[in-house]
Amino acid sequence: MPFNSELLQITLLSLQISATATAISLLLGLPLGTALALGKFPLRGFFMSAVNTGMGLPPVVVGLFVAMMLWRSGPLGSLDLIYTPAAMIIAQVVIAFPVVSGLTAAALQALDPRLRLQLLGLGASRLQMVWMLWREARLPLLAALMAGFGAVISEVGASIMVGGNIRYQTRVLTTAIVLETSKGEFPTAVALGVLLLIITFLVNWALTSIQQRGARR
Amino acid sequence: MTPLIEIRDLLVQRGGRTALHVDSLDVVRGEVLALVGPNGAGKSTLLLAFARLIAIAGGSVRYDGRLLATWRALEYRRRLSYVFQDPLLLDMSVEQNVALGLRFRGVENREARIRASVWLQQLGIDALAPRRAVELSGGEAQRVSLARALVLDPELLLLDEPFAALDPPTRARLLDDLLPLLRQDGRTTVFVTHDLQEAARLGQRIGVIAGGRLRQVGTASQIKTDPADDEVAAFLSSL
Repeated sequence: MPFNSELLQITLLSLQISATATAISLLLGLPLGTALALGKFPLRGFFMSAVNTGMGLPPVVVGLFVAMMLWRSGPLGSLDLIYTPAAMIIAQVVIAFPVVSGLTAAALQALDPRLRLQLLGLGASRLQMVWMLWREARLPLLAALMAGFGAVISEVGASIMVGGNIRYQTRVLTTAIVLETSKGEFPTAVALGVLLLIITFLVNWALTSIQQRGARR
Repeated sequence: MTPLIEIRDLLVQRGGRTALHVDSLDVVRGEVLALVGPNGAGKSTLLLAFARLIAIAGGSVRYDGRLLATWRALEYRRRLSYVFQDPLLLDMSVEQNVALGLRFRGVENREARIRASVWLQQLGIDALAPRRAVELSGGEAQRVSLARALVLDPELLLLDEPFAALDPPTRARLLDDLLPLLRQDGRTTVFVTHDLQEAARLGQRIGVIAGGRLRQVGTASQIKTDPADDEVAAFLSSL
């Protein structure tokens, strides 16, 4: 594969899919992780265990379930999403969302439990209290975001299974690496691998810079 | 004078066990009531119950003549301020910490900063305003915590052993500074301590809590000369 517009398209699609999946995971995972950390409700322990288990979900298993759901004869087949970027985003959300939820819950549970009472004792509403706790736990929460993004930008199993690695449509960096390797095009595969590493590094570098600026005493 | 708080047969349970029982207690407007007792006796539990920060299992608490349960939780909590034993400051500037409760109440940022600066001055920490709260010493942090509570001009101030973690000289200085502030405002204050001397200095009345029960309420001399029961006598003799 020459380094041309196709490579740029693959790179941008990778970033677009993984960034969207990470953003959706954050929108879902932050409230769920907060509820698990601060809430008192039946089966809380069960949900916490489920989220912790979800943090280690093998991407191929996620790919299998999402493919079964989106398959033309599957329960969501009528949506016609299989082998589309949307399907890849769904699969990546399933992978990243438990990571963000679990690390959010851990970050909030690491705060002094009396801090909640102190905020309420100063007249904070529930929402204001949660906002201040997020602010206080912003460093580990950024780490949760990085872990979520890292999990999806680097996964390949689910993306191939639900995306199909279709040229110009669902081919991303990881699936392109698999393809090039299967063809014996090792130099191209290595170059794509290095590009993936550089992109992952740059994104994490940016997030780490924000995180460490907050940590500086 | 009508009591600000009236408690009858209050029961608080924690972990399925009775943590506190109070037959009757009135907190009069403008008074400083000190609660003393050994560690784990239930003093802080009573303060948390006052602030509606823990559930009440039985009995009644009236605030300003109205049953506590009939107050909207947020409306009620915004009439009081709570200071914990540890300052529990947030990772922001001292000034922002002091202005926090005002910001929760929707006070505009500039106004909140002006009001915060008044209390930073009153507590002798105005020079610390731009510093990050995490950089403060224990005594400075506790002053910030007190300023953060007092800036809200609360009807009821709840102080849960605010000096317990401080060294004796710092503690004495802070007490010297706080005493006139409470007296000048005539602010209704409930103050928890396990130090009877501190209680006698700060409180107009003293309540003794031991073994999860409010045993006696009176002046320091009444309690010393005529302890209500063996538990109170045992607490006094342990000092």
